[in-house]
Amino acid sequence: MTTTTLSAEPAASPPAVPSERQLILRAFRQDKLAMLGVLVIVFFVLTSIFAPLLTPYPAQGAGAPNIIEKFKAPGAEHPLGTDYLGRDVLARIFYGGRSSLTTGFLVVFLAVLIGAPLGAIAGYFGGRVDDVIMRITDVFLSFPPLLLAIAIATALGSGFVNTMIAIAITWWPWYTRLVRAQTVSLRERYFIEAARSIGVPSFKIIATHILPNVLTPILVQGTMDLGSAILTGAAINFIGLGVQPPQADWGNMISQGRIYFMERPWFAGSAGVAIFLVVLSFNLIGDALRDAADPRTRRGEA
Amino acid sequence: MQRFEYLIKRFILAIVVILSVMVLTFFISRVLPSDPAAAWAGSHPTAEQIAIANQRLGLDQPLHVQFWRYFTSVLQGDLGTSLQTKQPIARDLRTYLPATMELVFCAMLLAVVVGIPLGVLSGAYKGSFFDHLTRLVSISGVSIPTFWLGLLLQLFFFSQLKILPLGSRISTATAINNPVTQLTGFYLIDTAVTGNWAAFKDTLLHLVLPACTLATYPVALAIRMTRSNIIEVLSEKYILAARITGLPRRTILFDLALKNAIIPTITVLGLSFAYSLTGDILIEIIYSWPGLGSYITGAVLAIDFPVIVSVTLFVTVIYVFINLILDLLQAMLDPRVSLE
Repeated sequence: MTTTTLSAEPAASPPAVPSERQLILRAFRQDKLAMLGVLVIVFFVLTSIFAPLLTPYPAQGAGAPNIIEKFKAPGAEHPLGTDYLGRDVLARIFYGGRSSLTTGFLVVFLAVLIGAPLGAIAGYFGGRVDDVIMRITDVFLSFPPLLLAIAIATALGSGFVNTMIAIAITWWPWYTRLVRAQTVSLRERYFIEAARSIGVPSFKIIATHILPNVLTPILVQGTMDLGSAILTGAAINFIGLGVQPPQADWGNMISQGRIYFMERPWFAGSAGVAIFLVVLSFNLIGDALRDAADPRTRRGEA
Repeated sequence: MQRFEYLIKRFILAIVVILSVMVLTFFISRVLPSDPAAAWAGSHPTAEQIAIANQRLGLDQPLHVQFWRYFTSVLQGDLGTSLQTKQPIARDLRTYLPATMELVFCAMLLAVVVGIPLGVLSGAYKGSFFDHLTRLVSISGVSIPTFWLGLLLQLFFFSQLKILPLGSRISTATAINNPVTQLTGFYLIDTAVTGNWAAFKDTLLHLVLPACTLATYPVALAIRMTRSNIIEVLSEKYILAARITGLPRRTILFDLALKNAIIPTITVLGLSFAYSLTGDILIEIIYSWPGLGSYITGAVLAIDFPVIVSVTLFVTVIYVFINLILDLLQAMLDPRVSLE
């Protein structure tokens, strides 16, 4: 695809030079596996949003038991069977996606929201400020992440929002590191120096010049992290923190189906497949984005 | 001397980190909204019982006094008492730690022995069918929820094939007929040293599924890291120079390129340790493995805060020290590191 821009003949009107972001998107679109990943994600996002319209059993999806129909194997009426309370598993998957996917997106969003500005401040000011911020990130990064998240989630009390906060607290330092490294090299660039020399205040430089310029690496990293964030969320829900029954989450569906798994694997099994597909898709997309964002690997005809 | 200085600096940093970790874990335990004294006093406590519990636990003291008390007792090896079992936590940790470590070390071993060679071959034959296959395996490995994979393996190897046990460290029959003499707490070592081969075999069989499940993420990670590292090294000028001189491919790959892969190997070790420790919590639930993971999840369900905080602190300290050792090892092997 680079060749198209290179061999573009100098026509009457000067060819538009594609922006960095356009180049990345163009390279990204050539990755077939990643595009498949996008389809999977879109599917699960849509089914979670429109869950009540897509299933004939919205009440069961939301948690209402239906004991007479419990442990039905997958069949015509219930494509993925029913669980230990007789609820339609497909409906539970659609509703569970709401919790699992939102956890992933919001965790990454919160982590960027905390981590990125701190990284920019550390990198831009350097010196004492830098030292303090980076030592704090060191402390947070020295915990095994899931363990810290469990401790915080227990302290805050189980629940959807608390789980998200707990995971985000273990996650932001990665963005601080990423943005700091980028900022340190940006700081020396002429346009920043120019802004500084005409007296633009530091925080305005960070907000209007530094942060927009580190957006691409943040987006790439964020996509790569979405999968792990969802996995961590599922793990915390599996332990029993997080969303509480009767509300569904793919993680707590596995924990509820665990004791029945050897005889009736379909309900914990379906939830696991959902997590696996979504996380795999995010990882494929993240990998493709990373390759597309790196000029050294971008050329590759995939 | 520069290296010695680095060593000292790195060590001091580790101490500072551990102190800060203590402050943080202490802080986490105090933002707890539910009342720890009530949990300690048992179900339906009277106001008087709660007051006594508060006093016993030192919760009536100002925060800095509480922290100082906590800090000094931790330094003396006293991690407090479990609210649930009323046992000293330090003693519980000693019981559970070997089980966890045996599992974690097996997983690390698998990560290195399986992950690194696969990564090297995959990177060296980039674009080949083998490379595509390995990449598929590794990206699936980091995407699969390990606790779910554990269930699948149980379904297949225990329920269907009936060749591997469902969980726990040793079967009850073996524990009764050929009891394990407790020396190190690592059953494989204890049984091998005492020549208790029946129990050794049983322990090994019980380890297969949990260790493989736990190793999935580190193995996948090791493949990915080694692969990208080998690709990077192979594109370096000295490799090109070697190629131009007509050295055979095998010499280039295993003599020249792999030498530069020792550093990433250490990184892989560190990361697989980290991920094994984390993943261990979930694996232990699935396989009813009597280790730290089962201990802490039990504590989570009972909101047994001293246990959660102590396990977090304890594991983090191990984690920091392992990372310290790996960093120092890396500095010793790679002259470029000490220049940082």
